Amino acid sequence: MKARVHVMLKNGVLDPQGEAVRHALGSLGFAGVNGVRQGKVIELDLADGTTEAEVNAMCEKLLANTVIESYAVEMG
Amino acid sequence: MRAAVIVFPGSNCDRDMAVAFRAAGAEVSMVWHKDSALPDNIDVVGVPGGFSYGDYLRCGAIAANSPICRAVAAHAERGGYVLGVCNGFQVLTETGLLPGALLRNAGLKYICRTVGLRVETTDSAFTADYARGQEIAIPVAHHDGNYFADPDTLAGLRDSDRVAFRYSRPLNGAQDDIAGILSENRRVLGMMPHPERAADAAHGGTDGKALFAALAGALVAA
Repeated sequence: MKARVHVMLKNGVLDPQGEAVRHALGSLGFAGVNGVRQGKVIELDLADGTTEAEVNAMCEKLLANTVIESYAVEMG
Repeated sequence: MRAAVIVFPGSNCDRDMAVAFRAAGAEVSMVWHKDSALPDNIDVVGVPGGFSYGDYLRCGAIAANSPICRAVAAHAERGGYVLGVCNGFQVLTETGLLPGALLRNAGLKYICRTVGLRVETTDSAFTADYARGQEIAIPVAHHDGNYFADPDTLAGLRDSDRVAFRYSRPLNGAQDDIAGILSENRRVLGMMPHPERAADAAHGGTDGKALFAALAGALVAA
């Protein structure tokens, strides 16, 4: 089974990389990009029966730094 | 003073830190990240700069979960001293020994130069030999040194006089220009600038020397 973890900087935490991407899109002529936030996706290949609670624990302990990041888990 | 300097795969300031501790009179042990215990009777643990585990996932995140970091946390909980510099500061925030986090520099550039720091408190074994408000010149070399903490944490740091150093002028987007902070018991210091790179006349500056000397003085007295 698989799980997909999305990690994003929390709202209110400045994302300078996202800002740089927004500027780059603007300079390529893509008008109307009001904001870019950059995060990461982590795919986990898990033993059958692994619970969402266990994946949440992995996020809390390692995959996300909850001081600055939020995460969302997609199972299956 | 007995010091242990942790060596992670990708550490590159470990030997500089050991040299600075030795110059201050310390007996230094280098400790490999896979070890699960510190040598006996260690007074201070140095968590050095570098790129532990290639900065994978987040700077310091994998190192913070290595076997030796559990021993470092236990040492800190017993009241032991810990000095984390640069990547070491990132490791200490990731372990939770210090609050907040270090984000990518606001200007997105790696910054490598000597900067002015203001000593904000002399109430610690690390900063006792400086004067409050003194400006010192210490090199920085980091890509992720932009200190972030929520407003309550920042207020707490200010109210309890736990900001050890601030940049003299804005450098990397750090909130409140914070360059280094202390733990609640004032025995854990994390800082982005590198005092061990300003600890010998051949470095071009010696303003970092007083930090190691003060620590040695406090630990001899203890």
